[in-house]
Amino acid sequence: MSTLLTLVLILLGVAAGGWVLRFAGQKATGNAPMFRDMPYAVAFGYVLGACLLMFSVWYFFQPTVTEAGVPNAGVVFFRWAVQFFILSAIAAFLFRALGRTVGTRGSKKLFRQMPLTASFGVLVVILYAFTAIFAAWLAPHGQEAIFAKVNVLPGGNAATGGDPLFPLGTDQIGRDLLSRLIYGAQNTVGIAFVTTCLAFFLGGTLGFLAATLQGWLDQVLSRAVDVLMAIPSLIFALLLMTIASAWAGSERWLLTVYMILIIAVIDSTRVFRLARAVGLNIVVMDYIEAAKLRGEGLGYLIFKEILPNATAPLLAEFGLRFCFVFLTIASLSFLGVGIQPPLADWGTMVRDSAQFINFAAFSPLTAALPLLAAGAIALLTVGVNFVVDWMLHRSSGLKE
Amino acid sequence: MQSVFRIILQRLALGLLTLFVVSIVIFTAVNMLPGDFAQAILGQGATPDAVEAIRRDLGLDQPPITRYFQWLGSAVQGDLGNSFAQANFASFVGADSGVRTTVAQQIAPRFANTMFLAAVTACIAVPVSLVLGILAALFRNSVFDRATNVTTLTSISSPEFFLAYVLILFLAVLNPVLPSLSNIFEGMSFGERLEKTLLPALTLTLVVTAHMMRMTRAAIINLLASPYIEMARLKGMSPMRVIVKHALPNALAPIINVVALNLAYLITGVVVVEVVFVYPGIGQLFVDSVKIRDIPVVQACCLIFAAAYILLNLTADIMSILSNPRLRHPK
Repeated sequence: MSTLLTLVLILLGVAAGGWVLRFAGQKATGNAPMFRDMPYAVAFGYVLGACLLMFSVWYFFQPTVTEAGVPNAGVVFFRWAVQFFILSAIAAFLFRALGRTVGTRGSKKLFRQMPLTASFGVLVVILYAFTAIFAAWLAPHGQEAIFAKVNVLPGGNAATGGDPLFPLGTDQIGRDLLSRLIYGAQNTVGIAFVTTCLAFFLGGTLGFLAATLQGWLDQVLSRAVDVLMAIPSLIFALLLMTIASAWAGSERWLLTVYMILIIAVIDSTRVFRLARAVGLNIVVMDYIEAAKLRGEGLGYLIFKEILPNATAPLLAEFGLRFCFVFLTIASLSFLGVGIQPPLADWGTMVRDSAQFINFAAFSPLTAALPLLAAGAIALLTVGVNFVVDWMLHRSSGLKE
Repeated sequence: MQSVFRIILQRLALGLLTLFVVSIVIFTAVNMLPGDFAQAILGQGATPDAVEAIRRDLGLDQPPITRYFQWLGSAVQGDLGNSFAQANFASFVGADSGVRTTVAQQIAPRFANTMFLAAVTACIAVPVSLVLGILAALFRNSVFDRATNVTTLTSISSPEFFLAYVLILFLAVLNPVLPSLSNIFEGMSFGERLEKTLLPALTLTLVVTAHMMRMTRAAIINLLASPYIEMARLKGMSPMRVIVKHALPNALAPIINVVALNLAYLITGVVVVEVVFVYPGIGQLFVDSVKIRDIPVVQACCLIFAAAYILLNLTADIMSILSNPRLRHPK
């Protein structure tokens, strides 16, 4: 109750502070337009922002260990978050500066217009792709290698139950967690990428076919897609995974293949909708008419005439679709029916290490394990979304 | 008014038709399971007699079309059949008293819990996202707008379990304000129940607020270029009044639409969140049944999720027709 009271008192203080700021500003600057026309809400916002900033700085410089020798976990996590935020901002800035000076004229121009969030997204995507491709060289151990030391704590400090050989520790059966985290990039991201490509191939082809041929094929495909889209996608995926797990039996890898197919089909319905809508706008153009009169075949029409004119919306959709597929796969794995062990995968890692979060007050590093795997998933989707957001903003003609 | 009723009836009929087709899809999908349910229940060492008994007991000896209409007929009357897990257990122990928990009995309390969670989330998320959206439209392109934009984009694209564990870390482990496990049972007082539901509700709020807030902002900003907004501005109205009095009522249709769509998402998106918080809702039951392949429960949950999803999409559709005069009086 006293916490609530303190919060209310602080808010009242900020409210008074906002009024004082505006009044003082008007008096000090002799009614400068900035202060004269300032709505109260803006003044309130400034004071609130300043208070939050001051509190953050104060909290950041709190000691990480209390007098009793217990780690002050809240401060530790806060410091990590702030350091990560500042470092990523600097990295994005440097990357953008690099892109502005190195490269062709086109890429330089692209980087000049880029906001910081988008360059951060591009950087993240490049880093993930690099990790996924070179996982075998980057990881210190194999993803299925089992060591004698089990349940090694992260940190690499022998005094606190760690081991310098395993910087992030090992799991219950002795597999190196750092290696599994790195291989997770290959498996989770790779499988999501393959699935998205498959969904685009399927949905795109059928969508363009429906748009070009129209008639009964369009009707049948559209109604089928309507029905499939009426079932929530995660629920439908879970239902089909039940059946797939019965089909796969004890063949674990077969289940992963089924999962790719199932999610590709479910997501291709969304791609179909977009491809058909975009295609319908293109097939009424004169150049399609001309190509038809020239006697071009269906394949030429779809791949040489429609596809090049539909790349921009499809590319943005590819980014968004990849995020959805990636999150669906991660969620399925988290629920225990997705990518199967012994393949290393982030969703499964989160589920396996989730209970460590309860030790946050004693060992922040251990508690960070599930957040590290979940954060790896979040970081990529956030990065892709930043890039897509910027692309959509650019193609929408920069509205007000 | 006549035409409005006709449109609504048309949509309702279309929704029912969709639900019917969806039920066929679900039934066919489940019937693609290899082998025999009865064999699967009893395992490898079952005698043919026992398998036959179970088959007759569960009605598996009928042809698929008969079974489909039997299932659909009883599902419409609220009877969703018996859970395989229960049947299996009873016959295994040999104490089959004939009294079994039906799927409906299993689902009903959990469905109520899930609806409670969705309601609490909606109560927090809708006002917050509307206010944030209006503020972001009011102070567009300011620091505040950019900060909310980046924050909402981050929360919209993070997996639910990431948000859930971050909230658990800060609100349950480091500062024990709220319980991290939602063990809800019968006869709990409303306050207690609310306290246990708050953390999953907050997680879901983070997920859906972003979308609703961005749509509100976009819908309002789209209108700001209209001549009547220009007029209101020239009259000397304050920006806040321009947005709340003039832009908001006209932006209501897309906003209501996105709110209904997000509520539909809430019903289905609860699965992961319920598993993280061990919340006794229908999503958790669904995942558990998927793992042990309890077909009647999976079928029933799927049907309920699809029905809720279709219903809310239908509501969004009808609401947007009702709030738009041009659609209300089609030429």
